[in-house]
Amino acid sequence: MKSVLGDRKAITLLLTPALLVYTLIILVPVAWSFGLTFFSGSALEGFEFVGLQNFQRLFTDPYVWDALWFTVKYAILVTLFQVVLGYGLALLYNFVLRRSSVLVRTLVFFPVVLPTVAIALLYQKLFQSAPVDGLVNELLVNVGLSSVDWLGSGTTAFVVIVIMDVWRSVGFYGVLVFSGLLDIPDEIIESARIDGAKSFKLLRHIILPMSLPILFASFIFSINGTIKVFDSVFALTGGGPGNSTTPLTLYMYRTAFQFSDYGYGSTIALLLTVMCLVVTLVIFRSSRRDLSV
Amino acid sequence: MSTATARRLRKPLVSALALAGVGVLVLAGCSGGGDSGGGSGENPTTFEFLKNAENTTTEPILQALADDTCSAEEEAAPLEINSIPQADLDAQVQLLATQDGLPPMFSAGGNPAEGAKLWEAGYLVDFDKALTELGVRDKVSDGAVSTIEKLYGGAFNFLPYQYNIEGIFYNKAIFEENGWAVPETWDDLLTVAGEAKAAGLTAFAASGEQGWPLTRLVSGYIFRSLGPDAMQAVADGDAKLTDPEYVAAAQQIADLGAAGYFGDNVASLDYDAASNEFLTGKAAMIYMGSWLLGNINSDANQIGADNVGFMPFPAVDGGAGSIDEYPSNVGLPATFNAKTYAADNNVGAWLKCITENYGNEALKQGQITGFVADDTSIELPAISQTIKDTIDTSTDSVLWFEALFNAKASSISSTNAALLVTGQMTPEEFMTAVQTALDEG
Repeated sequence: MKSVLGDRKAITLLLTPALLVYTLIILVPVAWSFGLTFFSGSALEGFEFVGLQNFQRLFTDPYVWDALWFTVKYAILVTLFQVVLGYGLALLYNFVLRRSSVLVRTLVFFPVVLPTVAIALLYQKLFQSAPVDGLVNELLVNVGLSSVDWLGSGTTAFVVIVIMDVWRSVGFYGVLVFSGLLDIPDEIIESARIDGAKSFKLLRHIILPMSLPILFASFIFSINGTIKVFDSVFALTGGGPGNSTTPLTLYMYRTAFQFSDYGYGSTIALLLTVMCLVVTLVIFRSSRRDLSV
Repeated sequence: MSTATARRLRKPLVSALALAGVGVLVLAGCSGGGDSGGGSGENPTTFEFLKNAENTTTEPILQALADDTCSAEEEAAPLEINSIPQADLDAQVQLLATQDGLPPMFSAGGNPAEGAKLWEAGYLVDFDKALTELGVRDKVSDGAVSTIEKLYGGAFNFLPYQYNIEGIFYNKAIFEENGWAVPETWDDLLTVAGEAKAAGLTAFAASGEQGWPLTRLVSGYIFRSLGPDAMQAVADGDAKLTDPEYVAAAQQIADLGAAGYFGDNVASLDYDAASNEFLTGKAAMIYMGSWLLGNINSDANQIGADNVGFMPFPAVDGGAGSIDEYPSNVGLPATFNAKTYAADNNVGAWLKCITENYGNEALKQGQITGFVADDTSIELPAISQTIKDTIDTSTDSVLWFEALFNAKASSISSTNAALLVTGQMTPEEFMTAVQTALDEG
């Protein structure tokens, strides 16, 4: 065994097929897409070389900036809610519920397992206003307020999207952070309690610093996922009235496949890639600082 | 000594075997592409039809033909119908086209510009030639063929499974109850709408989620006030949607929304909900095309088929258009894949059978199509007869708002229509957004 796995040649030979497939399936399309940014056209009509025209268009296209702003807005808000609420849930599981937290954990985690499209359809019905009022509008009418056309305007549709995605994922982050909190040794918490630390001081000086690594990992996970949001928004509003709830991914999909403009679509994809890269670098840079401290 | 040599021989052998084994395992995951739907050049053994899911009118008639008149063709190549959402249809068809995977018959051209692209790339059958070869060219009505040529690059390359005129369907009982005469001018229409709203009804049922029912009203007004060539002028670049006369049309429709004539929550009302609003008597009028006849003559119609009247889009005082110009279209048509078609194979046989019999079969089910229906024994419901007579006697037709737009302008127009009528977008902003997309080409 050691003679096979210890031998460099053998390792290279074993890795080559998988590496080849990875290169062909992931790296080649990325390079191809980057090449397409200098062309314009579609599979049906053929491609023509246009140089940097797509990039010029990128900087002057109002729809791209709207989509970018929506993506950033969405990513920050949803990440904040998901991780903070997830942290709160984890604290609940660890310090309040303890043993009996298993049932609550499972129930809160359940939406994570459901398909995103199913949840989008569920929320469409919950927040429905035409032809009949959904559950939420019924509640509003019963307390004396008027029904709202939730999915009929950009701001209210955004609220519904945020609520939907936070509700879906908060269980996951609760469990993730909970596993991190379990790592905190009980002796430290006990000795802090004996020294007279009340719950808020305990949280601020002991628990929060010790759970920083897992909190950090949650943020990375969340930002990574929310920047690339597509299916939940597409299934709920299809881009919203006009393009008010269109994230960058959906605008890229529309441009490439519905408007048959593969070149410009690839340019938008490049913008998305650069965005993810910047976020990743920022996180890695600050994490290195964190570890060295 | 001997063990050392044996080990030296075994090492490369083991590595090579390991490499082969891993390679096979990995490639096994990638394989399994399967063969494409129609194949090319051979005689397809299934007559596959890819359509948009929203089209519920073509399937029953094809099914009826397969069970009865076209049973021989059904035996040779059974009919198989697959549906995908309309919004994804153009993209899916383009993808299949470039991969040589188009089925023998498929729906396309929801956006005429995209349909014309398919024709220019050579994927579609030239029906003028094909039907003449099969001897059934006279079974397609000339009006339908001329509309198709106007829309799809000047050739007869789509089949008119639907041939629709558009206008305003109204609830006769409600009109009689309230003593309203059928309006013939725009101002009269507004009066009736105002009284309908006062009576607690929705004046116009319209789907803001789909968008096009609202933009049809805009183009209706444009054609009546500026003449039947108004949208062709925009397509040719001789006029712009941001010109004051065009913006005024959008303003009229925005005002309808502001006055509440579309009811609350028009922005999230989908197509079925809007038609049901009319067919359950909650709305006085609905702007729709004759494709609604299928629903009107069905059991889903709670107000009764005899209770539904049809009026043309009213004239605008001092306008250059006339009330006799009906907006007409061929719905979302279907066409044949040039690669799997041949006059003497199963697909050719199906084409011949469909062309000869579709018109009559559709008429039996109360639908009017672009195929000639010469069976005089079929009795039509009153409303269908009215529309058939109107189609047969109409002198000129007009297209619709997005008819000559590119895909992006078409998408922007239909997704922003709801914002126009709910006041979230001004008419200037709406027309500017669409015109910008048109200028991008």
